Amino acid sequence: MGSHRTLPFAFLLPVLIMGGASALAQGPAFGIGRTPTPDEIKARDISIGPSGEELPAGKGTAKEGAQVYRAKGCAGCHGATGLEGTAPILKSKDPANPDLWARGRILPLRAPFATTVWDYINRAMPLNREGTLTPDEVYSLTAFLLSINNVIPEDQVLDAQSLPKVKMPIGNNYASLPDWKPRTPRLKGYPY
Amino acid sequence: MSSKRPIRREFLKGGAALAGGLTMGAVAPALGQTPGSPAAPATPGAPPMIKGDKEGMIAYGERSNYVKSVRIPHGGRPSPDNFGLTFHVATPLQDSVGVVTPSSLHYFATTRGSFLPDIDPSKHTFMLHGLVDRPLTFTMDDLKRFPSVTRLHFIECAGNRSSPRAKTVQESHGMASCAEWTGVLLSTLLKETGLKGTAKWFVAEGSEEVKGASSMPIAKAMDDCLLAYGMNGEPVRPQNGFPLRLMVPGFEGIFHTKWIQRIKVVDQYYMNYNDFGHLDDEHKTAALGYQIGPKSVITFPSGAQQLPGKGFYEISGLAWSGGGAIKLVEVSTDGGKKWNKAEFKGTPQRMAFTRFGYQWNWDGTETEILSRCTDELGQAQPTRAQLAKYWNKPYDQTFSVPGLDNSVQPWHIAGDGKVTNGFA
Repeated sequence: MGSHRTLPFAFLLPVLIMGGASALAQGPAFGIGRTPTPDEIKARDISIGPSGEELPAGKGTAKEGAQVYRAKGCAGCHGATGLEGTAPILKSKDPANPDLWARGRILPLRAPFATTVWDYINRAMPLNREGTLTPDEVYSLTAFLLSINNVIPEDQVLDAQSLPKVKMPIGNNYASLPDWKPRTPRLKGYPY
Repeated sequence: MSSKRPIRREFLKGGAALAGGLTMGAVAPALGQTPGSPAAPATPGAPPMIKGDKEGMIAYGERSNYVKSVRIPHGGRPSPDNFGLTFHVATPLQDSVGVVTPSSLHYFATTRGSFLPDIDPSKHTFMLHGLVDRPLTFTMDDLKRFPSVTRLHFIECAGNRSSPRAKTVQESHGMASCAEWTGVLLSTLLKETGLKGTAKWFVAEGSEEVKGASSMPIAKAMDDCLLAYGMNGEPVRPQNGFPLRLMVPGFEGIFHTKWIQRIKVVDQYYMNYNDFGHLDDEHKTAALGYQIGPKSVITFPSGAQQLPGKGFYEISGLAWSGGGAIKLVEVSTDGGKKWNKAEFKGTPQRMAFTRFGYQWNWDGTETEILSRCTDELGQAQPTRAQLAKYWNKPYDQTFSVPGLDNSVQPWHIAGDGKVTNGFA
């Protein structure tokens, strides 16, 4: 009980001093929670951003990915060539169409970053065994999917350095990201 | 005395089965009865009394045997899907009163066939890290020590759109619900960790199989996001994210990250799992896909209901908006020619269901009833015809509302009082 009583007073002075400063510069007001260890952060830090800074060590090629695709049963849902399954297709049925948006929602084609493909496979595949693929297997599968869509050459090695540098065909040909502000209509000039 | 004996025996049997080790004295007050008092009234024609012998009546109350209102599998995505899995479950809005959706009837959507992680709250932790001065991990007990807020908020699935196929308001609008949420403001925790100047976005992750990730603007986090551990007076239900759910008031349902275990503050849109689903080619459509627009619907009389005949009815419905509080609801009982101001039942809350009513004397002739609303930002709920005009598209059965569908729902009332979907 004693420590609970004194805790607020320990922080009273900094709070008073910082009171006029922005929220960004404030010190902790309550002193609740503990600092996670670097290992604890690493274990949960699985969202891969466009810079790829969260990517783990490992590597893979399309050739290895084709083997993983068969070995892990990907074909069971996505079809032998990525076109014939009940799950979303992984390859364009209309590769000559210059309008990428007309080719459908194909992850390795429409994703603006190769990291999006890596992240998606790593967190969400295979169905019912999510999170069981090794980094090498995810790099290999990513290379395989990008290769069958002619995004990268068949022999390109993907790893934490090369993956974020892959130039995706969609480029910046997608809608701008939400510029959300509090108490603001959804779309300027839209009456509804 | 002799007439009381069998009743008392039944009562004892029921009480023992329910209460296990409890003594008679402990059970009796819980039932609101004293030993020897009549469990069934002597008055002829009076309904039988609930004797407390039904499992669950003491420990966790059940509704009446006569109330049959239930959720249904439903949604903008086929349920069951190609894999036989159910993704979306809709709330029975046609039976709702007031603004709170009972937790047992709250709509829910899952990524993979109603998969629910069974989380031990004593082992659950929430990590807040990334572009912060002091990354922190909180236990559930930690989070409950912070100053809390309790707020009424609706959640609506982006796939909540009416179609000519919808027979009931449950099918046309049932992927929206409203509950009272209790928890700690995300801004409170972000002040605790500090926020670096480069912080622009945050990524929220659950603890289900895909740990579905969504990128959201840091401005929203600082404005009104809430880490909720309470829902309608008890812990958040597993289908709604037990033990901890991120509330992103007014945003699409998918952002309200369930079973949340991590938020990473970042400097750019991360384009992960759920973000990829939001990717759009049209700037205007994309802009309409985050914050829910002003929307209302009449829940009584609504599709598949039957009016017994002409005379007085209070038309009742719900209105909500991701833009804030509802300012005005209007009802038309003549197919949209004349609009009448509806009455609010209680004070409209920001990003919450508002119940409205309109007193109506039906003359027994065929008509169409509709509602429309305006929110505190001045955004007005459109008809589909107005939307088609705005988007410069023909208004016919093929017209699909761009972005989230917040269009006016017409209910057709036939001369015999049968209510059907006006889009059908």
